[in-house]
Amino acid sequence: MMKIKTPKKGRVKRELDKRAPKLVETGKKTLILQGTKTSGTLNSVLSEIYHLKKGGAVRFTRKNDNIRPFESGGETSLEFFSPKTDCSIFVYGSHSKKRPNNLVIGRMYDHHVYDLVEVGVENFKSIESFTYDKKIAPRVGSKPFIAFVGEGFENVDELKHLKEVLLDLLRGKVVENINLAGLDRAYVCTAISSNKVYLTHCALRLKKSGTVVPRMELVEVGPSMDLVVRRHRLPNEGLRKEAMKTAKDQPKKKVKNVSSDAIQGTIGKIYIPDQKVGEMALPNKAKGVKRERREAKNKDANEHASKKQKEESE
Amino acid sequence: MEENQNPFQLEVGNLLAFNHFHNFPSLPTSRLAPFVIWSSKINRIAMHYDTYFLQTWYELVKECLQEGTKLVQVVADSLFNLLPSSQDVDGPLVKLPPPTTKLPREKPLPKPKPPTKWEEFAKKKGIKKRKRDKVAWDEQTGTWKRRFGYDSVNDDKDIPIFEAKMTDGEYRMDFLITTNTTYHPGEDPFPKRQDDKKKRVEKQEKNRLQNLKQAAKLGALPRSCLWVSMVARSLFYKHHFRPNFRVLREDAPPKKVTKDELGNVAGMAATSTASGGKFDRKLPGEKPAKKQGKHRKFLPVVEGSGIGSREKEQTENVLNKLISEHSHEILNLDKSYSHDVTMHNVKKEKKARNRKNQEGKSSSTSNKLKPKKQLHKKGAKKGPGSSKKGKA
Repeated sequence: MMKIKTPKKGRVKRELDKRAPKLVETGKKTLILQGTKTSGTLNSVLSEIYHLKKGGAVRFTRKNDNIRPFESGGETSLEFFSPKTDCSIFVYGSHSKKRPNNLVIGRMYDHHVYDLVEVGVENFKSIESFTYDKKIAPRVGSKPFIAFVGEGFENVDELKHLKEVLLDLLRGKVVENINLAGLDRAYVCTAISSNKVYLTHCALRLKKSGTVVPRMELVEVGPSMDLVVRRHRLPNEGLRKEAMKTAKDQPKKKVKNVSSDAIQGTIGKIYIPDQKVGEMALPNKAKGVKRERREAKNKDANEHASKKQKEESE
Repeated sequence: MEENQNPFQLEVGNLLAFNHFHNFPSLPTSRLAPFVIWSSKINRIAMHYDTYFLQTWYELVKECLQEGTKLVQVVADSLFNLLPSSQDVDGPLVKLPPPTTKLPREKPLPKPKPPTKWEEFAKKKGIKKRKRDKVAWDEQTGTWKRRFGYDSVNDDKDIPIFEAKMTDGEYRMDFLITTNTTYHPGEDPFPKRQDDKKKRVEKQEKNRLQNLKQAAKLGALPRSCLWVSMVARSLFYKHHFRPNFRVLREDAPPKKVTKDELGNVAGMAATSTASGGKFDRKLPGEKPAKKQGKHRKFLPVVEGSGIGSREKEQTENVLNKLISEHSHEILNLDKSYSHDVTMHNVKKEKKARNRKNQEGKSSSTSNKLKPKKQLHKKGAKKGPGSSKKGKA
C-alpha cells in the first residue's frame, strides 16, 4: 500500500520546489558547525566565515561530538543536516592536540559527502584587528572578486583541490547581471609554499583613472589566515563523473545520412527505391486505358470464350 | 579568453583570476607575529629576529596584495570594457557570462517530467491553454462573481431558479447551469448534485495521483511529493488497526515487500502474543501463521488416575535414578561439557609441566578438576545433579 503525499498549501509547495534540483545551479548554501572542542581562534574563525557569507550560510552553535568527516561512520550527522538545511558545503571546526585549529571544508552531492579538505588555521587575524575607513567596508552579500596567486595551485594536488573548494565556498550566488557600482570586495589566496595558503579578504576602493576602468585598490579589512593543508579526500571517479554532468552534455544524436565536408559543407544522402515501371500509374489516362472500356472489353472476350467453349463441348 | 599579453587565467563569470606563474621565495620556517619574550638577555637577540621576521611577513603580505590587485584589475578591465552594459537606476548593469570552471553539482540533474494524460490529449487535439479572466458574469444574480470557490458562478450551494418542463413524463429541469442530467420525478436533485460534485472531485484526485505515479515510474517525481508506506508494523496492531506511516526518501520509489516477507512478519506478530497466535481474530481467507508458537504443557497438580498420576510417575523416575547405586555412571562424560574441559586442561597441564621441568622449576600443581574425583562429588550431592538431569 503506497501513497503519495503532496503538500496541500501552495506556500509549502513553493518552498519545497525551491529545494528541488535545478538544471543550472546557482550558489550553494554553507553549513558551519563545530565539534566537541574548539579554541578561541577557531570560534572567531567560524563566526567570521559566517559573517562573510551571511545570506547563504547556516551556523550551528552547539557541539556535535559524533561528526568525524574522514571516518566512514562519522558523516551520518552531516548527511542528516544537509537535506534539513539544504546546505551543500559544510565547514566543520574542531580543536585537538594533534590537529589544532582544524577546519574541514567539505562538499556534498545529493546530500552525501562528495569530497573533503582538512586545513589548519594559523596566524588568524580577525576583522576587529584591522583598522580601515568604515566607508569602504563591503556590504553583506556582494559578489566578490577572487584572485589566486601562486604556482602551487597548479602543481600541487592538494592545493588544486583546495583551490576548487575555496572557489565553491567563496563565490556566492551565480548571477547573470551584476551592478558595477556594487563591487566592493575581493578575496586573495596566495600559495606561499607547497602546503600553505594565505587567505585574506579585502575591500575594494575604486579610484579614478583616465579610462572607463577605475583603478582598483585593495585594502585589507576582513579576516586573514594561513591555511595549512592537512588531509584531503578526493571523490571517487564514478561519483565525480556523475556530479560533473551538466545539461549541455547530452550526447548529440547521430543523424543518419548526413555528413559534412570541408569544402561542400553539409551533405545529405537520399536513397530512392527502384522504379517499378509496370506498376506505375500513368499521369494522363489515355482513352484506351479507361476502366469501363477495359471492363467492357473483358466481358466481351469472356462471352466469346464461353460461347466458344459451349460450342466445343456441344 | 584574453588575446592580449596578460598571462593570467581569467574567468569573468566567477570574477576569478588565477596567476599560476608567480613564485614566492622560500620563507623562514616560522613567520612569527610579535611573540612574548621572557628573558631580557634573549630579548636583545630576540628583538632582532623579531623585526627580521616581522619584516618578511609584512613584505609577504604586501606582495600578496600587490599580486591580488593586479589580478583584480585585469578582471575589472574585462568587466568594464568588454561586456555590454546597460544603464540602471543604481548604476551600470553588466551581463555576466556564465561561469566556465567546472564545479560539481550539488544535486543530480532533474529528469524532465512526463506529460500528464490531459497534456497528451491536448497536444493530440491541438487544444491550447487560454487565459481566463478572474471574474465571470453571473446571469442569475446579475453580478461579477468568482470562477470557483466560495461565492462563485454556478455554485452548487446556490438554490437555482428553474423552470420545470414536463417532457415525456420526466422533469427535465433547465437549470441555468448547463447540466445534461435528467431528473426523474420525485427525486431530490440537491443531494444528487452534491454526489456528482464529490464524484468529480474524487475522479480528479485519482487522475492526479495516477499522473504522479507515472512520473514516479520514470523517476521524475517532483521534490514536493513524498512516498509514504504503511509498513507491516500495522500488522502488529491486529486488534486495533493503527496505521503507522513511515516516510521514505523523497525520490526513491518504495521497496516492494514480498509475499514471503509479509508472511514472516505476520507470523512473528502472531507468535508474539501470549497464546502463540492461536486465538487471534483472523481476516477472512487468512491462512494460519507460519511460525508455530511453542506450547508448554503443564501437568495437573491434583493426584488422580490417568494424566493426574503422570506427574507422580515423573518425579518417581527422577528420584530413583538419583538415589540408585550407579548414579555415578549416569553422568555421561561424552555429552557433558566438563569432560572436554578437563581433557583440555589435562593436555595443557602436561605441556606446562614439561616446559617447567625443562626450565627446572617445579611443576605447578593443578588445581584443575580431575574427572574421577569430580564424579564422586557429584554423586554425593543430589541437588546440582538433579538439575542437570532435568536439563538433559
